[in-house]
Amino acid sequence: MAYDKFSKITSPAIPLPVENVDTDQIIPARYLKAVERKGFGDNLFRDWRYNRDGSPKTEFPLNNPMYSGKILIGGKNFGSGSSREHAAWALYDYGFRVVVSSFFADIFKNNALNNGLLPVVVPGEFLQRIFKTIEKNPDAEFEVDLQKQKFTILESGESVEFEINPYKKHCLQNGLDDIDYLVAMKDKIAAFEKTK
Amino acid sequence: MEAKTLFDKIWDAHEIEKVKGGPSVLYIDRHLIHEVTSPVAFLGLKTRGLKVFRPDQTTATPDHNVPTTNQHLTIMDELSRHQVDMLKRNCQEHDIVYHDLQTDGHGIVHIIGPELGLTKPGMTIVCGDSHTSTHGAFGAIAFGIGTSEVEMVLASQCIMQPKPKKMRITVNGKLKKGVTAKDIALYIISQISTSGGTGHFIEYAGSAITSLSMEGRMTLCNLSIESGARGGMIAPDETTINYVKGRQYAPIGKDWDEAVEQWNNLKSDPDAVFDTEYTFDATQIEPMITYGTNPGMGVGITQSIPKTEGMEGSDKNTYLKALQYMGYSEGEKMLGKKVDYVFVGSCTNGRIEDFRAFTAFVKGRKKAQGVTAWLVPGSQKVEKQIRAEGLDKVLTEAGFELRQPGCSACLAMNEDKIPEGKYAVSTSNRNFEGRQGPGARTMLASPLTAAAAAITGVITDPREFL
Repeated sequence: MAYDKFSKITSPAIPLPVENVDTDQIIPARYLKAVERKGFGDNLFRDWRYNRDGSPKTEFPLNNPMYSGKILIGGKNFGSGSSREHAAWALYDYGFRVVVSSFFADIFKNNALNNGLLPVVVPGEFLQRIFKTIEKNPDAEFEVDLQKQKFTILESGESVEFEINPYKKHCLQNGLDDIDYLVAMKDKIAAFEKTK
Repeated sequence: MEAKTLFDKIWDAHEIEKVKGGPSVLYIDRHLIHEVTSPVAFLGLKTRGLKVFRPDQTTATPDHNVPTTNQHLTIMDELSRHQVDMLKRNCQEHDIVYHDLQTDGHGIVHIIGPELGLTKPGMTIVCGDSHTSTHGAFGAIAFGIGTSEVEMVLASQCIMQPKPKKMRITVNGKLKKGVTAKDIALYIISQISTSGGTGHFIEYAGSAITSLSMEGRMTLCNLSIESGARGGMIAPDETTINYVKGRQYAPIGKDWDEAVEQWNNLKSDPDAVFDTEYTFDATQIEPMITYGTNPGMGVGITQSIPKTEGMEGSDKNTYLKALQYMGYSEGEKMLGKKVDYVFVGSCTNGRIEDFRAFTAFVKGRKKAQGVTAWLVPGSQKVEKQIRAEGLDKVLTEAGFELRQPGCSACLAMNEDKIPEGKYAVSTSNRNFEGRQGPGARTMLASPLTAAAAAITGVITDPREFL
């Protein structure tokens, strides 16, 4: 999938202090009927964002004009449930480039990394500090530096390092994906098949 | 030699290389595809000018979207029809076997794999669906993948995956009457939570596990993902081998004998080390029911909804949000709660054994007035077997009707949606908000507990009738 190269992002963040945000909430199944990867952002968090009549739920953070930015801060176990990559597409399409949580579900994490959306794992305590920072000042800015693998609360200067495997880091920094890698090793794969 | 787990043995036999500082390149034996998570992958191939690398190792069927009535007619929903048509066209273009609606091989992708004998011990199996973990019941490494990964498998028959940690869950003892594989699974998830398995691949072991039928094992492995694990597996044994024997894609003759010999070696070494271990006592498990909005929010059916004492902060808020969605309060008993809908089906509990259990329970009884019941076989073969055994007649007499195969109300992508605010006892796998329709309230349970609810109209302990 083509996505923008990732280096450093400085942005305010949108808080979603809910745990176990499953991919059915990120994008409900009834919006998975497209055959192209377009427009999923419109239905991001559909049932939390809109009433049944289509009017916005004003209390939901994405509808709150106080909040903006390319970073989503979620509660622990973010992205559990269905393997639908549409969840990562919807977050990216909406404009997010980073999702921060103390804990991601495995499939979601892979899907995010394959689509230029950086999942940043921070300690639970630090996550609460991020939420508190936004609560005090919704315009507070954060810096995500992929090269240094560092997430910083700019107001206070507090920062944490986050993990990412070197291969995935390289892919994100260069906008590469695994398919290029695999297609380039087809001969090796064919040779492996003969040994089975 | 270093002691290995069953998972290690299969993984190592399929690892082509390990990228420095990165994931492994893992060879995939069988790839299953359906209409929802494959179109963008095929589009990706087209954009890159690639062909499917090994078309005979991919099998397709439409399941997520399809109606469960009048399957002989054109699909009414335009977008669903388009996705199904697209799958068919992509399969034609790339020479992939496609099991169309109304044909003998059609059904939910995780039901037909085992039925056709495509699922075998020692394999690596992937599908763009998290419940691919089902196939682990045969002693295979099987897990759900995203669409980018579907494209990888189509393009190269490989994916790039970090090797997960290993967990063993041992369940010893004899299950009590009325307690099923579904209850074991919901019990485990209620104990280790929906994130307890994250980063791990589970091997299930112990006397309560080996005494399960293949159908029961599939139900258990299916729900591994609901604990956050990539998948779950059970070492193959005689039960496994007897199930595979004689199926369409099972080996025959000398090949069969060789395969069985290999399969018999597929087990964890006695001194193999797991990163995480849990042990549970099967006699402590009662029929389970969920009360909240994730599969970890489950209790024994005679129990009450846990109280918030000791919870704080976002834990408590998330918990109360879930109860509010369900219209329940902490401390309430689950028994006697109103039920509007009953759904029997899905890749979790849509196999013949599930319909036998449900039918035996409702035989000679009547569906409660006010309960709408949707009974959806997991596949054409399951439906045919139901009719061959005369279960359909028993069901009709009890006031139930059978629908046609598909994922149906499990994720409500088709017309089978539970209306807003209504309560459904469901044999499926997820009770997330809106999973079975916007505003629908789901209680996950076994086919027996679903049957008890269907005839009484309230949450009922099935053991009262056994």
